[in-house]
Amino acid sequence: MDIRSQISMVFHLDKCIGCHTCSIACKNIWTDRKGTEYMWWNNVETKPGTGFPTRWEDQEKYKGGWELVNGELKLKSTSKVKTVTNIFHNPNMPTMDDYYEPWSYKYKDLFDAPAGDDQPTAKPISMVTGEYMDIEAGPNWDDDLSGSPIYAENDINLDVLSEEQRDQLFAIERLMMFYFPRICNHCMNPSCVASCPSGALYKRGEDGIVLIDQKRCRAWRKCIAACPYKKTYYNWNTGKSEKCILCFPRVETGQAPACFHSCVGRIRYLGVLLYDADRIEETAKHPDHELVDAQREMILDPFNENVIREAKKNGIADSTIKAAQESPVYKFVKDWGIALPPHVEYRTLPMLFYVPPMLPVMSSQEGDSVRSINEEYFPDFEKARTPIKYLAKMFGGGNESHLRYVLKKQSAIRAYRRAVTVGDIDMLDAEKALIEADCTPQEADKIYKLTSLCTFDDRFVIPAAHREEAIEMMKDPLEHKQEAGFGFRDAPARGR
Amino acid sequence: MSDKNGKLSWIRDEVSPQNRKWEEFYRNRWQYDKVVRSTHGVNCTGSCTWQIHVKDGIVTWEMQGLDYPKLESGIPPYEPRGCQRGISFSWYLYSPLRVKYPYIRGVLLDLWKEARKEFTDPVEAWESMVNDPGKRKRWQNARGKGGFRRADWETVKEISAASMVHTIKQHGPDRIAGFSPIPAMSMISYAAGARLMQLVGGVSLSFYDWYCDLPSASPETWGEQTDVQESADWYNAKMLAVMGANLNMTRTPDVHFAAEARHNGTKMVVFSPDFSQVSKFSDEWIPINAGQDGAFWMAVNHVILKEFHHDNQTPDFIDYTKRYTDSPFLVEINNSNDINRPGQMLRANRLSQYQDIENGDWQFLMWDETDNRTKVPQGSAGNRWAKENKGKWNLKLEDNVDGSKIDPALTFLKNSDEIIDIEIDNFAEGETTQRKVPVKYIETKNGKVAVATVYDLLMAQYGVGRGLEGYPTSYDKDELYTPTWAEKYTGISPDTLIRFAREWASTAEHTGGKCTVIIGAGINHWYHANLMYRAAIHALMFTGCIGKNGGGLAHYVGQEKLAPGESWASIALAKDWHAPSRLQNTPSWHYIHSDQWRYEKSFTDYHTVPKNQPENTLAKGHTIDVNVKAVQNGWLPFYPQFETNPIDLVSEARENGAIDEKGVVDYVVEKLKKRDLKYSIEDPDNADNWPRVWFVWRGNAIGGSAKGHEFFLDHYLGTHTNQVSDSNFAKGSTEEVVWHDKVPQGKMDLVVDLNFRMDTSALYSDIVLPAATWYEKDDLNSTDMHSFIHPLQEAVPPAWESKSDWDIFKNIAEAFSKISSKHFPDTVEDLVSVPLLHDTPAEIAQKEIKEWIKGEVEAIPGKTMPNMKIAKRDYKNIHNQFISYGPNIPRNGLGAHGTSYDVKDEYQRLIDETPVEEWNGNIYPSLKEAKNVANTVLTLATVTNGELAYRSYKNMEEKTGLVLADLAEKNRGARVTFDDLCSQPKRLLNSPMWSGLTENGRAYSPFTYNVERLIPWRTLTGRQHFYLDHPGYIQYGEHLPTYKPKPTPTQYAELTTSESEHKTKIFNYLTPHGKWHIHSTYGDNHRMSTLSRGVEPFWINDKDAEDLGIVDNDWVEVYNDNGVVVTRANVSARIPKGIVVIYHATERTLSVPKSPLRGNKRAGMNNSLTRARLKPNLMVGGYGQFTYHFNYWGPTGANRDTYIMVRKLPILNW
Repeated sequence: MDIRSQISMVFHLDKCIGCHTCSIACKNIWTDRKGTEYMWWNNVETKPGTGFPTRWEDQEKYKGGWELVNGELKLKSTSKVKTVTNIFHNPNMPTMDDYYEPWSYKYKDLFDAPAGDDQPTAKPISMVTGEYMDIEAGPNWDDDLSGSPIYAENDINLDVLSEEQRDQLFAIERLMMFYFPRICNHCMNPSCVASCPSGALYKRGEDGIVLIDQKRCRAWRKCIAACPYKKTYYNWNTGKSEKCILCFPRVETGQAPACFHSCVGRIRYLGVLLYDADRIEETAKHPDHELVDAQREMILDPFNENVIREAKKNGIADSTIKAAQESPVYKFVKDWGIALPPHVEYRTLPMLFYVPPMLPVMSSQEGDSVRSINEEYFPDFEKARTPIKYLAKMFGGGNESHLRYVLKKQSAIRAYRRAVTVGDIDMLDAEKALIEADCTPQEADKIYKLTSLCTFDDRFVIPAAHREEAIEMMKDPLEHKQEAGFGFRDAPARGR
Repeated sequence: MSDKNGKLSWIRDEVSPQNRKWEEFYRNRWQYDKVVRSTHGVNCTGSCTWQIHVKDGIVTWEMQGLDYPKLESGIPPYEPRGCQRGISFSWYLYSPLRVKYPYIRGVLLDLWKEARKEFTDPVEAWESMVNDPGKRKRWQNARGKGGFRRADWETVKEISAASMVHTIKQHGPDRIAGFSPIPAMSMISYAAGARLMQLVGGVSLSFYDWYCDLPSASPETWGEQTDVQESADWYNAKMLAVMGANLNMTRTPDVHFAAEARHNGTKMVVFSPDFSQVSKFSDEWIPINAGQDGAFWMAVNHVILKEFHHDNQTPDFIDYTKRYTDSPFLVEINNSNDINRPGQMLRANRLSQYQDIENGDWQFLMWDETDNRTKVPQGSAGNRWAKENKGKWNLKLEDNVDGSKIDPALTFLKNSDEIIDIEIDNFAEGETTQRKVPVKYIETKNGKVAVATVYDLLMAQYGVGRGLEGYPTSYDKDELYTPTWAEKYTGISPDTLIRFAREWASTAEHTGGKCTVIIGAGINHWYHANLMYRAAIHALMFTGCIGKNGGGLAHYVGQEKLAPGESWASIALAKDWHAPSRLQNTPSWHYIHSDQWRYEKSFTDYHTVPKNQPENTLAKGHTIDVNVKAVQNGWLPFYPQFETNPIDLVSEARENGAIDEKGVVDYVVEKLKKRDLKYSIEDPDNADNWPRVWFVWRGNAIGGSAKGHEFFLDHYLGTHTNQVSDSNFAKGSTEEVVWHDKVPQGKMDLVVDLNFRMDTSALYSDIVLPAATWYEKDDLNSTDMHSFIHPLQEAVPPAWESKSDWDIFKNIAEAFSKISSKHFPDTVEDLVSVPLLHDTPAEIAQKEIKEWIKGEVEAIPGKTMPNMKIAKRDYKNIHNQFISYGPNIPRNGLGAHGTSYDVKDEYQRLIDETPVEEWNGNIYPSLKEAKNVANTVLTLATVTNGELAYRSYKNMEEKTGLVLADLAEKNRGARVTFDDLCSQPKRLLNSPMWSGLTENGRAYSPFTYNVERLIPWRTLTGRQHFYLDHPGYIQYGEHLPTYKPKPTPTQYAELTTSESEHKTKIFNYLTPHGKWHIHSTYGDNHRMSTLSRGVEPFWINDKDAEDLGIVDNDWVEVYNDNGVVVTRANVSARIPKGIVVIYHATERTLSVPKSPLRGNKRAGMNNSLTRARLKPNLMVGGYGQFTYHFNYWGPTGANRDTYIMVRKLPILNW
């Protein structure tokens, strides 16, 4: 057993507003510099949609993540042979067209235009060339089903649906959308780390945050190809790649990452998971439909005495173990089983989990008249607008049973809470439904409370970083106290 | 790929600090020098507390504050609040869009310099320019077309002040107007300009009604502008019906309460023609046809009344309806030509036994079921304004005359004297139908009259037969207001509707009224919005959901709730120096002054009214004719008032022997009666009646706020326009106004805009003054979305040459005073005309429509016509007055919504403890700095000073005869200062100014004060009104809830001259609130434009687009007679066929190409396609809740029934 601790995340998609406040909180702080304009460490996608960069989920095209070749885990994007032959070129990397050309406007003309016979307007200009440009793509181009015939209809996850189901999704019967916010998953089995020829990527021991060393990075960009979630980006100004750092300077000081802090839908949870690193390889080798269960198996019970003993042996602090015991992520992922990893079939073992959304019931249309096909008080999840198959493609490694389990439980909890708070649903029926959904009234109350009544402190349980211990390994913390902040800064740049 | 331990080689966590030294790269970025609390002064209703991070003296980013005090347990907390727009604000401060210096149009500056060479006096210089038509035309023509020049502050202040002085002298102070919307979003900044306007006698323009944010059904039903639950109370609802409100888009920081409620067993149903963003949260998405929500709710009420009021008489519903609504009141049935129609409510003094009752025209009757006779319940407007029989203004079911208990009869079904046919209007099909109604005959002084209860009339109107003849016999019948009838309009199957209605009523029954309608601009911007709202409100009233936590009508359109209203209004409206103020309902002002009235004929072309109208009906003719009557009769304000300068008018009266104010008023009344003096509204295109100088701040008056934007450009500004309508279209269809064949172009002499960004209004103004951003000034912000009050704070000083709004207007006041001493050495008298006002005895002024101008009634100011008062203007001391909190406050006390309390001691405390101003031998609390103003507001408001709340409740006890002061007892010592707010958001205290109760962390829900403490609503009967018996409403057929069809494109006549030969279609054009902007703010910043499509696109259904050969992201030209927009198509299955969407308040400043269809001139913005239509029955006044109040009553600027055509842009030309 090789127990490690990781700061992990849950995003509750049922609550996601699609507002992108998270994206801007991140952008304001981290990627507002030259070379980073097009980077969105945090972005939010509309589903169905093709996302950012466009069709990133299409690993036939991008070759991200791992594949099982003769029982061995191989990077899809690269191998020793490929690395040598493609040393300066990777045909599977996203291009500027797959991202977008960042633009601004010639605002100055509004002030400086000479008197004329027509009104001035600020024309769009490229932030790359400074010239006029015709805007044809953006980081959120298919927001809210924008351009749905071109984007939503080409969502790769729709491939699992029948022709009829696909058509319905773009007609009154089944029309739907939901939001899919994404950051780096800080995976247990990160393909980006494995792909770096310079060894510039690493996973931090104390919290599992995956970082790109801004000094060691040599612009190979292998990580960009290898990450199946396309969450590493190349900074064309510094010649280094960058990615979500889970706001470690904030996390180290007990603050939630900026995108978590700013999540006004209150959908985000953050906390420690303990896992057994010895089992990564074995886990990642499971067939697709077993991967969700296998990954869950790796996550260890922080109350188990054996786990605690082994964790301590590995240098995990008491404060971290305590945080793991209070972790909201552990509850969602393990205790209740209602948060699932995204595209687990990429086999990176992502450590960000999603609670899938409940959507309105389908309609039928006769002539000009629309009818909700609901018979129950709350919609039966089987009749919801989102096809289970589609969700299973995103969050279940294709295994629909995981999705049914989550949606059934959420539905049963709603009915139970209605029985408690209104009484127009029979309590006996509600309790029966809970049992069928593998839930108890006590668990139902816990789930609804953490979903609805959660405070900031409930959502984010951040372990002590013990920075003093890390600093002590280099110098006396007292000295650090006296010196911190003094000195000249030298920003990384090309070749440095 | 495994290492020597047999582990995958990359599973090797890095722990060595040495190897990780580089991490300081990111740590260094996460550093700052200070954090300051502020918020965004934008009309989003959000009112979020933000932490502004400052590094190296520069604002680097903002993050939400998290420290809202918690409400009661079991309700989710308010953290975090703040959205994608708010968090992008810091971009503006140092952006290339920032207005850093004062700017002026070059041609104007040159003319000014020239004139100043000639005239040492700036007023004379201005006069020489503005009275020279050639010169005036030059700078008007140049508006919006480049040629800005940087100027110095002294010059722009002087021009502004000189234009004001000149206008006051030549035309009158009421030709100077100020527009700034939504004070609650930064109330001190609003107050700055408004105070200057009101000190000089200028006009403050309303916004809530103009923006069409005012839900007219709220004053109609409750006598209340808007009073709604804070968003946390959604969590208490067990059924949420969301319509015309896109919560994720527009209530971004609040929507979590709805999402979270669902997990606690709340059902959520969303009504929206498109799969709107909020639909994703719903259990059922009802894809209702656009603008047909009224039809749906009418049929819902049919089901509720049938099943829950008649078949099963739900005790709570029946009891609630009796106690808190006008249902039991008696209505006279009028018979004319053998047709019975309900008329006005039976007045008490029509019966001989009550003939001497005080205010007997305004006392109404119920039938007592136990005593079997009429009774006069307490709580009516007659009680409210009683001078003798005081202390009876309450909702106790007790007789006003003999004090006996009342057991109100809701219906005469079982004990009627007769069952008669009543005519019901069926506007949808253009017919009438007869339905049986039980009546009683009551002996009046003028003989026997038939009366019915409001309740029985409602049953008839909603088509619930209860065994009577002439009614639909089942839901399957396609008869007025059945579910099957509704299906034709809504496109929703009857069984879906019936199930909804049952779940609705059953939820209310099980929970004691926890059903909430969240409603917004998507409904409120339709021409007949008041009817749609009323239908939904009735479903709430019938099920006892109003005045309950978790229940009610949650209307959020505009940040209208200025919580510390009493003290703030005294400063903003300069009530500390003058009374009354000149407050204009902007819909009338713009409709008339920007000449939009000239482009339509009779409103009955598109507004269906009952056929057989009495002579002199209000329900016919041209909208402007009704508006003229409304002004003459004192129902609505209009400025300028008279064709003559109101200062000259007083002088003239004085010269003719008027000794006192009464003498002056009598003199003017005589002149008006003789028609020697006309109201300006009677001849709006006459140059004597034009508005001349316009200040715009905190808003986008010429852009996002300009319905009929192209008409503004034409008739206000005199610059280019893309509208192609016929300006003589109305010729011959008006009666009350003078017609001029030549339409005026360029009425405005000077337009001054205060702005931090170069928006459309700034671009078209003559002078742009650099305003401080929301992170650079001290101010206050409140909302109805939550119950806290927030500060804005100066995180960094105003950048470059910008100044706070308070300082800018203070400086203009200073310049004005300086110039004025020559032109106005002495105090002058200004005659101020004001309409009949709500919350005053004028609520019982006009029982009938009688026009003094036709000699039907005596001309009595304040009763049958507008009130008139003299204000003494001390122009040379305007600056001193501006910075001093004036003497009227300790003299008169404060109050609002009919409350009042004494503040002498608190005023003295301000003098003792805060900075003061001394001049002319007097001493005043200082208003010099914005922070002083904020502290003055907080010190004297009931929501932030517990002692004053206590006094105000004490005063209410006298009026109502109820015990109320206990509501303030506990917090009597509580006081809040600006510094307190900066340390943490503070919750508002209970106050009788508001109708929700908030003690012990209880979520604010409106009218809980009324329901629990028996305080009357401020209506005719004191109850919530189903029945609106104003004679004008009866003429319009809106006395009962009803359905009226949407105006059609042909009726609206906005596609008359537009080309249609190329491939195109006609679409209903919707402009809801968008995702990437709050009105026009934020949409032009880098963040929001990047996350959207670089333009505000044109959303169109994929099939419609295909038919027109339009592909996603194609440039399109969208047009009608009003103007043209060129933008890019966003093709989406989310949008239904036949409607198109451009999210509202786009800017012409950003990425707008030229329009080939309109002479290759720059295309416009979303308001280029709109034009305001005013609904005339909303103009009545002097009658209970139908009595004017600023932003509270009056027609709204409806714009949703607009139609457009579209084509693929043939050539892209910048």
